[in-house]
Amino acid sequence: MTTSGLAHRVTRTGILLALMLFAVVPLLSMFTTALAAPGSTPQGLSWPSDPHWHNFVDAWSAANFVALFRSSILIVLGVVPATVAMATAAGYALAALNVPFGKAIYGLLLVGLTLPFEALITPLYYDLRSVGLLGTRLAIVLPLIGLLMPFGVFWMRAHFLGAEPALTEAATVDGATTWQTFRRIHLPLATSAWSALSVLFFLASWNQYLLPLVLVDDPTKRTVAGGLGAFQGQYGTDIVLLCAGSLLIILPSLLIFLIFQRNFVKALMQGAVK
Amino acid sequence: MYGVFVLFPMLQSVQYSFYDWDGIGPATTSGLDNWKAIFTQPELLQSVVNAFVLVVFYTVLPVGLGLVAASLIRELKPGAFSTTARVVLFVPQVLPLVAAGIAWTWMYSSDGLVNQVLRAVGLDQHTRAWLGDFTFALPAVGVIGVWVMLGFCTVLLLAGIGKIDPALYEAARLDGAGRVSEFFAVTLPGLRRELVVCATFTIIAALASFDVVQIATQGGPGYQTMVPGVQIYRLTFLQQHVGQASALAVFLAVVVLVVIWPIQRLGREK
Repeated sequence: MTTSGLAHRVTRTGILLALMLFAVVPLLSMFTTALAAPGSTPQGLSWPSDPHWHNFVDAWSAANFVALFRSSILIVLGVVPATVAMATAAGYALAALNVPFGKAIYGLLLVGLTLPFEALITPLYYDLRSVGLLGTRLAIVLPLIGLLMPFGVFWMRAHFLGAEPALTEAATVDGATTWQTFRRIHLPLATSAWSALSVLFFLASWNQYLLPLVLVDDPTKRTVAGGLGAFQGQYGTDIVLLCAGSLLIILPSLLIFLIFQRNFVKALMQGAVK
Repeated sequence: MYGVFVLFPMLQSVQYSFYDWDGIGPATTSGLDNWKAIFTQPELLQSVVNAFVLVVFYTVLPVGLGLVAASLIRELKPGAFSTTARVVLFVPQVLPLVAAGIAWTWMYSSDGLVNQVLRAVGLDQHTRAWLGDFTFALPAVGVIGVWVMLGFCTVLLLAGIGKIDPALYEAARLDGAGRVSEFFAVTLPGLRRELVVCATFTIIAALASFDVVQIATQGGPGYQTMVPGVQIYRLTFLQQHVGQASALAVFLAVVVLVVIWPIQRLGREK
């Protein structure tokens, strides 16, 4: 090993460690703060002499987390299966079947991919108010299904475009209907694609903030992220409790990511670039 | 579903944008007034300008740093360190943006870590409440964007590098290319599609940012960190200027489309 080679390796490790530090430090700072004495104003990063683990319990009850988690789970259950199912069917249709106006439909969806949520929030508010859904979880679930749809169709279409056409031909020769070909052959093969999509949509719903903030007044009917916003408004000055509460809310997203991280990153790599 | 909850409201947005409506009483048409206001009212124009400043932080810096990180990770042998680096860098991307906003609001506060570090190295006179500072608030919000986007760009670019034919690297080595010229001759051209995806995703996130700004600064101090997303929210739900909000909303949607379109074309060429 030459000196310059060694120097390069040290710099390389140094840069990577610095970037990793940048990524974790805000979370570490939250963690040590969450353990400080309740009501105190600790320094940014300092291990408290006697950690107050009880802060997490206090934050749990202060933010009414049981209700928040229940609400988020209901919203995720309302959004994810429906959206993934529709996106899979639509993606297959646009990729493999000869749909009338398929090109135009796909074009419209692509435009939707760039559409900011904020551009729709005002009319959505008045529409949902006029049909009496404002303040209910459906007011979050229904628009979210629509808003996630372009990405879902885009994602699944990209997957089905890469599918082997010979499989379809073989199935047709064997007398399978279009539905059977889709159900028995392409759907099982697409498992990795739609399960990755489910994880992405879980995160998108779980972390959704704007829709709950605007469309639902009662924090206990929002997503956890929406509830966290309300929590910040209420306990913004009590930094210890706020940090404890935020960490509790982060935890499920973090766990889901760590559990699925292998598939997740792989799917992201395959799906995003097609 | 897409039609009812996305396309139809979008058309309504266009319609509202020509009205003067407080959301309760009858709406009156106001012609192009709402549209003119975007270019004449300083606080509206400022929000659009700020959104483009954020592109530097959400897109340029993460893509640049992501390229560096990805090239460095590529040189590592596959193993614990490279996996850890990937996972750790990606974590901020999966957290709710609300949490990112709260974490960084704390980092930037008077007692937060940023000031703590400055004090520790003797730069006491530079400590400040960063998000309340007229000069530094917008860059400070921008750094939150770097934090969120860096992992996404790194992981995606790393995937792209993995697909580049190793023979190209060998050929470059044989031609006597150093690390830098190798990067520009082999890595960068090979990453074209990944770069387009990164740019598209992060530019949309920058121009349409809402969560982080709403939590961290709500557009303040003054209008220093105001972005269109927050402005639309305030106009509709706090000030009841529905028509004005809708004009800004449609304008934002068009701006995003106009910026993204050429980038996508770039990716499809060849």
